[in-house]
Amino acid sequence: MAAKSTIRSEGGKVRRVVVVGGGLAGLMTVIKLCEAKVPVDLISLVPVKRSHSVCAQGGINASVNTKGEGDSPQIHLEETAYGGDFLANQPPVKGMAEAAPGIVFMLDRMGVPFNRTPEGLLDFRRFGGTLFHRTAFAGATTGQQLLYALDEQVRRYEIADVVDEHGVSIPGEKMVRKFEFWDFLQAVLDDSGTCVGCIAQDLKTMQIKYFQGDAVVLATGGCGIIFGRSTMSVICTGTAASSVYQQGAVYANGEFIQVHPTAIPGADKLRLISESARGEGGRVWVPKDAKDQRNPKEIPEKERDYILERMYPGYGNLVPRDIASRAIFKTCFHEKRGVFNPKTGRNENEVYLDLTHKDEKFLRSKLAGILEIYEKFAGTDPYHNPMKVFPAVHYSMGGLWVDFEKDARGSLKAGSPRNHATSIPGLYAVGEVEYQYHGANRLGANSLLSCIYGGMVTGPSVASYQKSLAKSAFDLPKSIFEKAEKRCQDDYTRILKQNQENKSAENPYKLHQELGDMMLRDVTIERDNATLEQVLGKLSELDERVKKVACPDGSQRANQGAQFVRHLENMLVLARVIAQGAKNRDESRGAHYKPAFPKRNDADWMRTTLAKHEQKGAVKYLREFDYTCAGQSIHVTDAVDASLVAPRERKYEQAGAASAAATGKIQQPAASEQQKSV
Amino acid sequence: MANSDTTKGTGRLVHLRVKRQDGPDLPETKRWEEFKVPYLPQMNVISALQQVQKEPRTVDGKDVAPVVWESSCLEEVCGACTMVINGRVRQACSALVDQIAPNGETITVEPMTKFPLVRDLIVDRERMFQDMKKVKAWIDIDGTHELGPGPRESPEAQQERYPLSRCMTCGCCVEACPQYNDSTQFVGPFALNLVRLFNMHPSGALHKNARLETVMGEGGVQDCGKAQNCVEVCPKEIPLVDSIAQVSRDATKRLLFGWLLK
Repeated sequence: MAAKSTIRSEGGKVRRVVVVGGGLAGLMTVIKLCEAKVPVDLISLVPVKRSHSVCAQGGINASVNTKGEGDSPQIHLEETAYGGDFLANQPPVKGMAEAAPGIVFMLDRMGVPFNRTPEGLLDFRRFGGTLFHRTAFAGATTGQQLLYALDEQVRRYEIADVVDEHGVSIPGEKMVRKFEFWDFLQAVLDDSGTCVGCIAQDLKTMQIKYFQGDAVVLATGGCGIIFGRSTMSVICTGTAASSVYQQGAVYANGEFIQVHPTAIPGADKLRLISESARGEGGRVWVPKDAKDQRNPKEIPEKERDYILERMYPGYGNLVPRDIASRAIFKTCFHEKRGVFNPKTGRNENEVYLDLTHKDEKFLRSKLAGILEIYEKFAGTDPYHNPMKVFPAVHYSMGGLWVDFEKDARGSLKAGSPRNHATSIPGLYAVGEVEYQYHGANRLGANSLLSCIYGGMVTGPSVASYQKSLAKSAFDLPKSIFEKAEKRCQDDYTRILKQNQENKSAENPYKLHQELGDMMLRDVTIERDNATLEQVLGKLSELDERVKKVACPDGSQRANQGAQFVRHLENMLVLARVIAQGAKNRDESRGAHYKPAFPKRNDADWMRTTLAKHEQKGAVKYLREFDYTCAGQSIHVTDAVDASLVAPRERKYEQAGAASAAATGKIQQPAASEQQKSV
Repeated sequence: MANSDTTKGTGRLVHLRVKRQDGPDLPETKRWEEFKVPYLPQMNVISALQQVQKEPRTVDGKDVAPVVWESSCLEEVCGACTMVINGRVRQACSALVDQIAPNGETITVEPMTKFPLVRDLIVDRERMFQDMKKVKAWIDIDGTHELGPGPRESPEAQQERYPLSRCMTCGCCVEACPQYNDSTQFVGPFALNLVRLFNMHPSGALHKNARLETVMGEGGVQDCGKAQNCVEVCPKEIPLVDSIAQVSRDATKRLLFGWLLK
């Protein structure tokens, strides 16, 4: 029987849900929860306005079809499934594609300064994996603008009172309480294994504290920092995902790591140059003569090799990212035809990304944000000189496994508590931290969409879950929370004290560099089983060495060293999930490419990788499992639900191949229902 | 995928001088510490500080705790890593060593001075976020359910609004502003710019007066001393002085004629 009130617990406390992470997915979840009258505690590593979503540049996909090209949600669904090499369960993708136009209109109403057509309508540009103009954009800082819009709406709820069933304000209680500069440590699980809150640490005072929550939503983003330098923000270590994985949450498709084809090399970070540069006409090339020393502007057209246009005439510079990255890698690494540097006397790992044929005013109105980054960090004017770029780790398609429930139309069932539920009851995940929407390769401008759509689904889903609870987390004995808090406190003390007297203790930052260098070298674009075996051996070595780490800082204030040691320990655990998953999967699909197994193998591998933590240093891969959601036991298998778009081989050499079924260019074979869960 | 060339050193050293303090209540720990770290290609102040983390030892050979600072995106779009570098407030990520110390000059790094210190280079900018609530920096939408597209807008209007919307709440403008300190209530240039931004939007304009009234009293637009330092230091080149002038004009109009409309 459900509890009497969803606003107050039996003991009279305001019942809250905890959302961890204040990027697009977290903030959208918060807004939807508030609209469902569920008060929220919002915990974030950084002020939410500084979350990694700000780095998204190019735009957000929605098949609004303002250009009269005949675009539709059905085509968006098909191209997303096809671009993802048929690893995504399709019902959530359908839900997302159908909701996309409404989402962009909502953002428009929130005041996002989207670029406009002369008629005053939203402008759309092209992105990878499609021939349609489907990407709405605000200059080239779309993620920033979207994040700000949601941040502003959440701020309204920070000053809104919690109102009880009778419409009376509860004194001193606001709909949203923000805890910024707090690090998520662990979920709190009750005796039945249900998540009833979490433990977090204030990164200024280092105080460790428990948060009760009828549910906890992780919206903590990706894990690119495992690869050392990537396009990701320094906060994207995957620590929260790793922590709940170690508490029993299933992690899915970890081996699928997106490498973005165009980034600026840097000492601290590889800065992204958005796909929108190519969407607005940018071309990727290298000189035909590998030893050509001329200034690129002096190299005539016929002496340039436009590699993507030559290899993939159908989609050209706008092939999906996995394909573009492999083409650039092949050119630079295997053919040694990267741009020649007369100073070093060798071909560097760089290709040209050229926008110099476009009008400067046009570029300023559509791409200023990214061209400014290039100008500031590379020190060259990209309006008049081709940029020099190379692929970089960018996005994690894999993440915490989350459930979905589909409706009769094959889309997501609105309000089902199963949507976005992890395998730990009461724990939800949304945004890059989960695995749901992108399969084996994410299409550009689908990430902002999946974050916001995910939030729009997760809010109602968590509200339904809360309604189903017989007892609120706020009515549980305090001892459950205090015990978990004490465990985290003891672990923190361990980090501060261990190896302080050890003269040969390890430095955590140096250890991280070793981890990152190896993961970047061996577990990205091309994967080889013998090398991956060595990686796993090295990870075991690092697992031992991390025990010898001494925290470089003993302070009780803003102790970033201790925080980093914790994140490093958690990164090592996820690194193994990624590397072991890559080793197991003997095929090539999307971002996962093994030259020894160059083909996709649907018979053996069209399935979700499901990783379960055994102990430090050991991962168990499951084919099926059971979990409980809102009192219902649910059986899950690793089969992919491809009930909406029948799998076929990707052929980006041919224009229109990615949308051929929806546009009637090929006969869609009878959909083969592969039930994911019964 | 190895592109590790950028991590190789060249023998050249970068000289950092960092102002440190262990906590807000520990003024006696205020000190300068100097570090020399290996130079890396495309190095910025963040990567220099990251080198200190790996070898936290001062030039005098003293082992110390690594310097702490705030950072996130490292591409000057999140606003986290604002600090005072060689006397100028800016983001540490876009402070390139080759530009600020081309001949090995010492780079001085200090925390911002207008906010409560947390530790070393970290300060607490919460006041800025609170002031965004005060000036109602949002559009009052009815809800996130489907209500169709927003109002139409000309490309020219969008091009005017977009640059104002790129404010990262980084704090440069208020650090440079002589009127902004802990003894005044002044909301600062960034907040006034937000008033202008939301008042420009067709739906935002429906609440224009309510927003203007938040900056018509103490701490509002009349506290601006017109020093124009803000626009000089804004990393996103937001026309802050124009924004303040616009809000000031609108506020004056409201003050003079508002009573007629009541």
